Amino acid sequence: MKHYDGYRNALKQARGMGSAKDGLHHFIVQRITAVALIALGIYFLWLVVSLVGADYVAARAVVANPWNAVLISAFLIAMFWHSQLGLQVVIEDYVHAPWLALTSQLLVRFICALAALASVFAVIRIAVADI
Amino acid sequence: MHNPARPLSPHLQVYRWQVQMVTSILHRATGVVLSAGSLLIAYGLIALASGEASWNDLRTCAGSWFGLLVLIGWSWALSFHLINGIRHLLQDAGWGYAIEAVVRNSWISVIGSLLLTVAIWAMVFTRGGFA
Repeated sequence: MKHYDGYRNALKQARGMGSAKDGLHHFIVQRITAVALIALGIYFLWLVVSLVGADYVAARAVVANPWNAVLISAFLIAMFWHSQLGLQVVIEDYVHAPWLALTSQLLVRFICALAALASVFAVIRIAVADI
Repeated sequence: MHNPARPLSPHLQVYRWQVQMVTSILHRATGVVLSAGSLLIAYGLIALASGEASWNDLRTCAGSWFGLLVLIGWSWALSFHLINGIRHLLQDAGWGYAIEAVVRNSWISVIGSLLLTVAIWAMVFTRGGFA
């Protein structure tokens, strides 16, 4: 193959340190959270539908149940994580101005992290208050 | 580098309509919608943790015609993203790659999402709807 070398583009060699080698991580975590969300999403949907017409006390009692508190928290973490990963790809695909891309990626991460923390904290507060 | 005269890759409008386009676009669109919805879930749990008054405010919002419209659209977005997401996971596992299978399963996603939405609201209204 040596006689082809003159036609090869210099880019056949990775520049700098090469790829970051974590490209697959996003793909894998997106699918792990997706699998978790099949079960947790159906569970949460069922929980919400079963709460239709329930008053404040009944709704709090359901969330305060330890099994529900744990599963709802798991659902929230998986959901906000999966959201961030999905929105990240949407921004990568459609937002091309570097400063806007960076700003929106940061915003999405901050909002998802804050919403996950706040909602899990709300569940814990209900669960602990109603012991 | 920038050359506006160079040929562009073919865009959506040159292709014959096919169901795979619809499921692909809708998966992303419903993902973005569900990300917005995730903030409403956080709001709902925070309202429940904050006391009866804020919880009743949320129930009034959800029970209004606009709230119902949002909830119906949201439930369809969830149904579609759930069923089509399962289709994607099965394809990731190497199942259903033949063109006929992709077309058939795409239709299952579209029609299944509508059926699941109807089932969810049938359950809601047999439980007495929103009070």
